[in-house]
Amino acid sequence: MITNMLYSLGGVALFIMGLFALIACSHPLRKILAVNIMATGIFLILIATAYKQAGTGEIDPVPHAMVLTGIVVSVSVTALALILACRVQETSNRSLSQKQANDFTSSGE
Amino acid sequence: MTSHSIQNKRKRFDPVLLLVLLLIVFLTGLLVQGILSTDYMGSRLADDVARFQDISGVESPVTAVLLNFRGYDTLLEVMVLLMAVVGVWSLTRAPFPRRPIAPSPVQLAVVRLLTPLMVLFAFYLVWQGSHLAGGAFQGGAVLGAACVLMLVSELPWLKNTPSRSLRVGLLIGPVVFLGVAILCIILQGTLLDYPQEWGGPLLLLIETTCAISIGLTLACLFAGGRPKDDLTRRKKQ
Repeated sequence: MITNMLYSLGGVALFIMGLFALIACSHPLRKILAVNIMATGIFLILIATAYKQAGTGEIDPVPHAMVLTGIVVSVSVTALALILACRVQETSNRSLSQKQANDFTSSGE
Repeated sequence: MTSHSIQNKRKRFDPVLLLVLLLIVFLTGLLVQGILSTDYMGSRLADDVARFQDISGVESPVTAVLLNFRGYDTLLEVMVLLMAVVGVWSLTRAPFPRRPIAPSPVQLAVVRLLTPLMVLFAFYLVWQGSHLAGGAFQGGAVLGAACVLMLVSELPWLKNTPSRSLRVGLLIGPVVFLGVAILCIILQGTLLDYPQEWGGPLLLLIETTCAISIGLTLACLFAGGRPKDDLTRRKKQ
């Protein structure tokens, strides 16, 4: 029980970090990474919910099935987002490094 | 240097950033409260799954959920994968280097050894999915990894992969899944309500074709564009 809770809280931490990066960073690559980290947090929460008791080998199959399909879907979403980001960089006049000047996180550089 | 540090200080106290931080702290509190109040020992869907396991046609509970009890979800997710490939193919052509670098003989030998093994293991995972952990998504991932291994070692014939056979491979899983779903409407009256005695073979058929499609989808997404001969006929006319 305490194990489920610890893993779930870890998932929440990952989700929150990803959400903050998604809002605060303006670079497309960072946004894509942030979405991936958020997805990982959600998967961790789902897996922790599916976990029952050590040693019994029993799991809740419904969250497992969701995570299974979710991983493959998140890979495809990432690929499509990366291609779109590349196209944005190719076709836009402002380069991505200039856009970074508005970024909260890149203030020191 | 001093102006730089002043700019830093101003950015650190950006009111928008402060608002975002406050909102995120609030959301964290809500989520943590939600997790702390979750009852992990209460009644679960697992009991319902266990009760209807016998009529699903497979022995593995995860596969039963994936393809039978929540088959609707999986059908839509396979369609999402297809849409992703359609999107990627419509944006760019696969960026193969014009003059391929020659990979080292060690790498070529490893690829030659590993690829058949990985394909075999992928189909073993699909077969195993009916009674243990495994299934279409795992098998498809291994198949995709085998294709990625060939892509990164830049085998020369990969550049000229015919797009028609690739399209057939990408479509076979979704089409078979959709065909079975429509067949179920005709025979049983409900979408994805498999006839009970045909459940096992139908699920295996769906899993095998979906694994091929998922593997090819992942490989095409890694290649990052449509093949060389795709959409060229319109240009010639």
